[in-house]
Amino acid sequence: MARLTVNGKVLDVEAEPDTPLLWVLREQLGLTGTKYGCGIAQCGSCTVHIDGAAVRSCVRPVSTVGPGEKIVTIEGLSPTGSHPVQKAWSALDVPQCGYCQSGMIMAAASLLASTPDPSDADIDAAMTNLCRCGTYNRVRAAIKAAARGDAKAAGLSILHADGSTT
Amino acid sequence: MTASISRRRFLAASAAASGSLVVGFHVPLSGVASAQGTPSPEVNAWVVVHPDDTVVVRIARSEMGQGTLTGLAQLVAEELECDWSNVRTEYPTPGQNLARKRVWGSFSTGGSRGIRDSHEYVRKGGAAARMMLVKAAADQWKVPEAECVAAKGVVTHRPTGRSASYGRLAPAASRLPLPTDVPLKDPKDWTIAGKRVARLDTVDKTTGAQRYGIDLRPPGMLNAAIRDCPVFGGKVKRVDEAAAMRRPGVRKVVRVGDSAVAVIADTWWHAKTALDALPIEWDEGPDAGASSAKFADVMKAGLDAPDAAVGNRVGDARAAIAAAPRRLEAVYSYPHQNHATMEPMNATARWTPERCEVWTPTQNGEAALAAAAEASGLPLERCEVYKMLLGGGFGRRGAVHDWVRQAVAIAKEMPGVPVKLVWSREEDMQHGRFHPVTQCRLAAGLDAQGNVTALHMRISGQSILAGVFPQNVRDGRDPVVFQGLNPPGPESSIGYTFPALLIDHAMRNPHVPPGFWRGVNLNQNTIYLECFLDEVAHATGRDPLALRRALMANHPKHLAVLNAAAERAGWGKPAPAGVHRGLAQAMGFGSYVAACAEVSVTQDGRLRIHRIVAATDPGHAVNPQQIEAQVEGSFAYGLSAALYGECTVRDGRIEQANFDTYRILRMNEMPRVETIVMPSGGFWGGVGEPTIAVAAPAVLNAIFAATGKRIRELPLKNHSLKRA
Repeated sequence: MARLTVNGKVLDVEAEPDTPLLWVLREQLGLTGTKYGCGIAQCGSCTVHIDGAAVRSCVRPVSTVGPGEKIVTIEGLSPTGSHPVQKAWSALDVPQCGYCQSGMIMAAASLLASTPDPSDADIDAAMTNLCRCGTYNRVRAAIKAAARGDAKAAGLSILHADGSTT
Repeated sequence: MTASISRRRFLAASAAASGSLVVGFHVPLSGVASAQGTPSPEVNAWVVVHPDDTVVVRIARSEMGQGTLTGLAQLVAEELECDWSNVRTEYPTPGQNLARKRVWGSFSTGGSRGIRDSHEYVRKGGAAARMMLVKAAADQWKVPEAECVAAKGVVTHRPTGRSASYGRLAPAASRLPLPTDVPLKDPKDWTIAGKRVARLDTVDKTTGAQRYGIDLRPPGMLNAAIRDCPVFGGKVKRVDEAAAMRRPGVRKVVRVGDSAVAVIADTWWHAKTALDALPIEWDEGPDAGASSAKFADVMKAGLDAPDAAVGNRVGDARAAIAAAPRRLEAVYSYPHQNHATMEPMNATARWTPERCEVWTPTQNGEAALAAAAEASGLPLERCEVYKMLLGGGFGRRGAVHDWVRQAVAIAKEMPGVPVKLVWSREEDMQHGRFHPVTQCRLAAGLDAQGNVTALHMRISGQSILAGVFPQNVRDGRDPVVFQGLNPPGPESSIGYTFPALLIDHAMRNPHVPPGFWRGVNLNQNTIYLECFLDEVAHATGRDPLALRRALMANHPKHLAVLNAAAERAGWGKPAPAGVHRGLAQAMGFGSYVAACAEVSVTQDGRLRIHRIVAATDPGHAVNPQQIEAQVEGSFAYGLSAALYGECTVRDGRIEQANFDTYRILRMNEMPRVETIVMPSGGFWGGVGEPTIAVAAPAVLNAIFAATGKRIRELPLKNHSLKRA
């Protein structure tokens, strides 16, 4: 039995102490937005926040997360997609297959919380997540757009269904 | 505790995952007609309009990130004259397609064919629906159809100004016969297609709401993890089931075929850890001693073999080379690689003696259905496949559905219970369908002025078709081997004219199963040809662009993209200090592509790829901003291959097991990409794959310019770029 604080809710889960947090989130709590990609902290698809820090949940035993530590998953970042990072992602049509994007967004949100106007080097250092579709350049543009609150500056020229453009 | 998900929520989640955002979801899942509401009638197979004017466009091809879902919807909406902001999409099932005499055509999503193979009939689907809606209005108003116009989802009777929305007209339209003569718009009149439209599937991919196959959690589901014999062709000899049964949550240990063992448990983590702890003894079979090094020798021998299948022949190249005053020769090679989709292979299956259902990410729903039927022992019409959005495909999820067969075999052990099989990354990495391995010897005959008078490319190595569709190999000839090297034609032709030319292939197949890997054989063929031409240019003191231009006079479309990339990059003008350029061009998947790469290499050998300018002529550009995304992504995929991509065989098995040993490009290594989309009209080319082919050779040629080092064996990680 473990007590966790996930997306603002205190929850008790049944899991062996060495179960990675990823599988508790996905299988016990049904929070499937956090993805399995490698299981060895290489790809970052499983990135969540623990007290604001980006953490690769696939190698984090659930027993090492205290009941008072605040876990935030992609579902808790903003369920409506209104977090500035999510808005920038939508404005610039960042995702392709989308599978790695929860982890990308969580890593980016954590970076921007600590470094509000990151340089390219800051982005390179923080964003080590793997994307097989190759969205990296749009991820970088969206992080900068989110930092400045201006998606148009990325110059991608995208027509949205509501008639707006970015 | 287990979060409870009701049946209805599961069905709704399946609907959302399968691309349908429509409220009155009416594609039957598990025999349940509709999750909520009453079904709206379809106007025709491609178009459903709900009373609230929501337009549902049916999409037969699979969305795996490449944007096909949006592009095809644009083409239908263009002809339908509906309001784009009201457009939603859904997948018909392969079972429905069969039941309706394949009204949606092919479900196959590979070879960059999603749009180029179906643009005509999907546009006709949209246009026919529009004609039926207009006729429904005219009939209702008792006026001539010619006096009615359709725009933005509304039919208006011009003389009276009377109007009705598609949502109101749809029930009557659905009862009309399908029109037979369906004219299409001239692409120059497009207002939705051809535009830089945002994707329809973005928002859910930013909130975690998007469901992939791996995310399914139907009520009562069990989970399975699997281990196949690490040596291809091997078998299970002995397994101690009792060891796994003692572990928490384990329900059953099953043999899958004669080569694999699966553990079924309450959670996947329980299944996976029990499998890890399970002692399995293998009979490794006849290929237990195979290795990459041994197979390299087999391919090397094929470079000199007298028998080879011919792909392209002009004149007598061998004689011309033998007689040439000067000759140049080089041998290149390209390794096995894994697709490494970010979402590992998975499928959820439920089997009863009467029915088999499978939910899976697949590039070809009909092939998945055939695999499910075969594994289930039930006739096709008692089986169904529900396509889930793919967490990457790249060719892995199209031709061979090995994971679907496994999932069904496992589900048969638990009748009536949905079982989700998920491969671990290690299983996925070591049981792929790998990029074929080949070598190529290129020999050029040069005249006294350094002009190429003859070229011979001898390819030796693996055939994809021999492993996947052997019935398509005739007399030892696999036509797909020659991608990008073919005589003039609409699919994948060589962009140069040589006075004499011979391109032939000595087929040599290892025991490693091959697959169609994004870009397929265009990848290595373009490296071979484009790097060797660069060698010729340097050996003869020519500018690499000038040499190509001289050979491309008869290939204006190839030349146009090359010129565009070279000019935008500033070829012939000074590059920034320490930066060097390289070029490559190719034609494949119906499109013309070229790239100019800018790199620098430090004295101690550190490579930085700064910028790539890429040009694409796909004939018609259905969504230019999505083409740009595909071109950018192609460089990430192609540069991962060039820098790191290699699966090696030792003791009959793939050595790499995860992303620590099978590296892929990260963000800090991704160059700036400038994309020129230059559709010249008159043909329809694909965009998901061709650009991958120019990534590696453009960079390799730039590395030569920077260092004088010619890399002929991929990947780059095995070479030092350090200068003495």
